[in-house]
Amino acid sequence: MIKLQNAPSQARAKTRMSGVGRVLVAVYGVLALAATGRSFVQIVSKFDEAPLAYALSALAAVVYIVATIALVRPGVVWYRVAWATIAFEFTGVIVVGALSVMMPGLFPHDTVWSGFGRGYLFIPLVVPVLGMWWLATHRPVPPVATGAV
Amino acid sequence: MIEWFTWVQLAVAVAAGVLCIVLGFARRVPSDLTIGALALVEALLVVQLIVAILAPGFGNEPTGSVLEFYTYLISALLLPPAAAFWALLERNRWSTVILGVAALAVGVMVYRMLQIWTVQPA
Repeated sequence: MIKLQNAPSQARAKTRMSGVGRVLVAVYGVLALAATGRSFVQIVSKFDEAPLAYALSALAAVVYIVATIALVRPGVVWYRVAWATIAFEFTGVIVVGALSVMMPGLFPHDTVWSGFGRGYLFIPLVVPVLGMWWLATHRPVPPVATGAV
Repeated sequence: MIEWFTWVQLAVAVAAGVLCIVLGFARRVPSDLTIGALALVEALLVVQLIVAILAPGFGNEPTGSVLEFYTYLISALLLPPAAAFWALLERNRWSTVILGVAALAVGVMVYRMLQIWTVQPA
């Protein structure tokens, strides 16, 4: 069997996927899958009941997918995309979470973010914080021009 | 859905998840044991799928949404292969942790499937 540990790690070092960051990406992937599955069910079976809540679910699902991809991809642009999507999620879970607790009538149907992500073991609340910490401590290194002196 | 089988499945998924996460934090790379644990979780999901397809024929109908049940089941079926694939590509301890995360996620999904089938009205 080929020893993958010995593969050149030069390219990998420039991604944000080293060490425990991989676990973060995996958790994001699962969350993206969960949000996509739920919004798929909601939209297919009962979209008419609460178009706003379910459209929000679908939007959240898309943002989780984009965030997952952005965490994996190297480069400054993806780094900004990761910041934007994770900040969006964090805002979403705080705003929708607070509204659903204080004014339950506004969100009669559950979304990923209702009750601060209660239906998802509060993972939607915790993960963006970890994500932002991860991004803050792993800034992309600008490409070094090796040819020029 | 066979309830006792689902509980066994849930226990196996949680046990596999805890095992992989503990071994991962103990710096073990993915092994036959941890990948095997995920293979077992996947095999039980396939059995669950077969049971779910056959059960209504024996008068064992879900009380909740069939669509929601299958969305969970199909999503759950995707997780162990994805995590195992990752573990084969990147042989380090974090891949072992990821195997555990996938197994625990399957556990949560199996529990939701049990709720949908048994107690949640459509």
